[in-house]
Amino acid sequence: MDNLNLISPEIFISLSIMFLLIFGVFKKNSSNIIYNFSIISLLIAMVLIFNNPFNIKITLFTESYVIDYLSSFMKVITLLGGVFVLIISSRYLRLFKMLQIEYPILILSSILGMMVMISANDLIVFYIGLELQSLSLYVLASFNRDQLKSSEAGLKYFVLSALSSGLLLYGCSLIYGFSGSTNFNVISDNMISNQYGLTFGIVFILVGLAFKISAVPFHMWAPDVYEGSPTSVTLFFAVVPKIAALTVFIRFLYVPFINMIDQWQTILVFISIASMIFGAVAAIGQTNLKRLVAYSSIGHIGYALAGLSTASNEGIQSSIVYISIYIVMNLGLFSCLFMMKRNDQYFESTDDLSGLSKNHPLLSLSLMIILFSLAGIPPLAGFFAKLYIFKSVIEQSMYFLAIVGLLSTVIAAFYYLRIIKIIYFDEQKEKYDTDHSIWLRLSLALSTLLILLYFIFPNKLVEIVSKIIII
Amino acid sequence: MDFPILSSLILFPFIGALFLLFSKEKEYKNFNTGKYVALFTSSANFLISIYLWYLFDSSTSDFQFIEDKEWIKGFVNYKIGIDGISILFIVLTTLITLLCIISVTNTIKIRLRDFLIAILVMESLMIGVFCSLDLVIFYLFFEAGLIPMFLIIGIWGGTRRVYASFKFFLYTLLGSVLMLVAIISIYWISGTTDIIQLYELGIDTKYQNLLWLAFFSSFAVKTPMWPVHTWLPDAHVEAPTAGSVLLAAILLKMAGYGFIRFSLGLFPIASELFTPFVYSLSLIAIIYTSFVALMQEDMKKLIAYSSVAHMGFVTLGIFTNNQQGIEGSIIQMISHGLVSAALFLCVGVVYDRVHSRLIKTFGGLVSVMPKYSILFMLFTLASLGLPGTSGFIGEFLILMGAFKDNFLVAVIASLGVILGAAYMLWLYRRVVFGKLTNNELLKIPDLNSSEKFILWSLAIPVLFFGFYPEPLINTMEISVKDLIEMYNFNLNMYMPEVQNNG
Repeated sequence: MDNLNLISPEIFISLSIMFLLIFGVFKKNSSNIIYNFSIISLLIAMVLIFNNPFNIKITLFTESYVIDYLSSFMKVITLLGGVFVLIISSRYLRLFKMLQIEYPILILSSILGMMVMISANDLIVFYIGLELQSLSLYVLASFNRDQLKSSEAGLKYFVLSALSSGLLLYGCSLIYGFSGSTNFNVISDNMISNQYGLTFGIVFILVGLAFKISAVPFHMWAPDVYEGSPTSVTLFFAVVPKIAALTVFIRFLYVPFINMIDQWQTILVFISIASMIFGAVAAIGQTNLKRLVAYSSIGHIGYALAGLSTASNEGIQSSIVYISIYIVMNLGLFSCLFMMKRNDQYFESTDDLSGLSKNHPLLSLSLMIILFSLAGIPPLAGFFAKLYIFKSVIEQSMYFLAIVGLLSTVIAAFYYLRIIKIIYFDEQKEKYDTDHSIWLRLSLALSTLLILLYFIFPNKLVEIVSKIIII
Repeated sequence: MDFPILSSLILFPFIGALFLLFSKEKEYKNFNTGKYVALFTSSANFLISIYLWYLFDSSTSDFQFIEDKEWIKGFVNYKIGIDGISILFIVLTTLITLLCIISVTNTIKIRLRDFLIAILVMESLMIGVFCSLDLVIFYLFFEAGLIPMFLIIGIWGGTRRVYASFKFFLYTLLGSVLMLVAIISIYWISGTTDIIQLYELGIDTKYQNLLWLAFFSSFAVKTPMWPVHTWLPDAHVEAPTAGSVLLAAILLKMAGYGFIRFSLGLFPIASELFTPFVYSLSLIAIIYTSFVALMQEDMKKLIAYSSVAHMGFVTLGIFTNNQQGIEGSIIQMISHGLVSAALFLCVGVVYDRVHSRLIKTFGGLVSVMPKYSILFMLFTLASLGLPGTSGFIGEFLILMGAFKDNFLVAVIASLGVILGAAYMLWLYRRVVFGKLTNNELLKIPDLNSSEKFILWSLAIPVLFFGFYPEPLINTMEISVKDLIEMYNFNLNMYMPEVQNNG
């Protein structure tokens, strides 16, 4: 029974998924209630996580499921991200008639999948979680059925993601074959290094994971899917799944395969460098903001992976800090996107931001702060995220990675500056609506203030994260 | 603990900017409250900095008014303090900002509130640069200054403002990220980023060269040194008058200050090694940009190139590593801060009246604007280093230091003085003397009271320090002496080792 107590958040979410499904079927026009209930159930799940012991590592179900500080922290961020995504996108969904009972339930089930991934200590459990979240995401990407682009995005994502899941599964089977177990702890005990089978297995699994977080060279789906999906889903894509995938990266690389670090470190460094450079260069020519966010997220994932590739606790912590700050910045950025609405129409091209500062001074000030922070200019939060990453990278004397990473921030700065230029230097256009929901304003104000004032309390986040010790 | 006077100096303009941000005035024409808030904050800050100079104890080279608080646990402390070198730059910053704000309130017509906010934030950050005693804090202030300057050039600039602002931002950022790598490396090599501790510990000789180069890349872009100076003419030409003034008078000085504080202070052995390299770049800058300045048709561009040449003198002086050279560089920086600010304001004065910066539009201004011509003459002469102006003291000391170190370098640099006289006097002749051909010029009024006030407040220190540089020299003497002693001590201790290895 103790075991069940520990996974009460997961159980609670699955129960509420089932309950909401049945409720939605029997009661007509209940989408609003279901929407609000799913937000509440995410919050309750968060409370349940806080209810669990935080500081000790507990493994459940013959060591296939692990509850520790890392999993609790990442689950809390995932749930928070989910809550914010839901509360700021409600008006968008209502406008496009996408506020149906399935939408919040699919979000809930993909979050459930992510929570399973975060806690997985076994290849099978991990794969089940991954598939649960991916399947929900395929449907979400094509949720706007009337739009060709949305269906296309869903299909593209499905085909490519299924391929990568296949590769990942193949990697799992190789690892099972060469180590005799699917359990991370057992694999690490049984491991005899220099087995090529294991190396191949790691490579395949890394490919699958790199696909899920859209790291170069497995990023091709991201721009199209980000652009085609409804903006609320793009926001979800950009924020929440990254957390779970990053956690799996950490667990997978640092628990069973820490001794094979020579094999995977080079791969990770390469992926990281390629993502940073590609994300920076490819975003320069983009005119669609959602596409631009896709490329920028590719670049940012590169920085998070740079922290992971250091094989040190500081590196892992720095990439967790990075991803947390990145989520806040993205929530702010998308809040701005949701505010670009005029006569029931949303705008998503960079030109639509033209001269925004004259009509909406506060909105453009927040947007500017968020963009400078994404570019990593001090004293905003984005700078500190990069500072921690490069601090841990340079600690390991990986100077090449550090220099390439910082130079690509200069390239990336160019396209963020371009948006700021459009907002501040260009001629103004028509005004946008200002009747935004209170939640949207709140989320924008909150994220902007967090980014702007991070430098006053730089220790809080780091203190929390520094309790995550893997190696 | 004493009253945190430095922190309040940093915070005060920022608070003023916050006030402005939340002021509700829509009408920019009658934006009087905002003007008064900005004027009040900047003049109060100027008075505080003067008071600070008065309190400053120039008989010791120790850092004073130190504030030390834990900031990022186990990594960075918020540590600020000043010595005889930084106090001068702080006073310069507050003076120039005050004058900028006076000039802006009368000349900028659109989005005045935003401009005032940008200038005040800029002031906070610039003061922060000059008093930070921790590398990360320094980097933070140094980089954050890009944001307001980018907006100042981009929003209120001329026709090619977008190009100029991007070039400014990206050039500077590119130089600076290498410095960030170096700063983090120093943390892992020495275990601290506290400058005072680093001065005592010293940095391992085998890393010094690379670290020096990384810092150099940032400061060279900011100075700007040849061949990475090309952003400066663009930025100056496109920036509004107040932007050019801030850029020339203070932003460029951050790099010179950085050379003295970090390159000489932290990496003495590398500095000694790279001295010939810096000499050659400085000489090229002096001679080459002087020739380029001769050929300019745009007044602002000409002054921008003259800035590059003058900063060439500064870098030359800093790396002579003797008392005269470094003191001369600091005086030259202060003097250039005052003089170039004044020259840009002079250009701004006629630009506001005629809306042209081309030299050929003008000619014969002396007959319509006699008061202007006198002041412009004064600053032209100060720029070319006429005895009796502060420009002379700086150049003279630098050349003296250079002669002590290397005869040939000094001779070539002296040529630059002649060229400087040539382009500045020629500019003056073409703008002020000659026949009044352009009929548009007939009706323009002479200086109004606020312009007179601004230019005289710059002229008085230029003349005062030209005749009596004692206050400047007294303030910095001990600090500079100590810096050089530390430099030579390090050199004597480690140089044999380096020679053996090399």
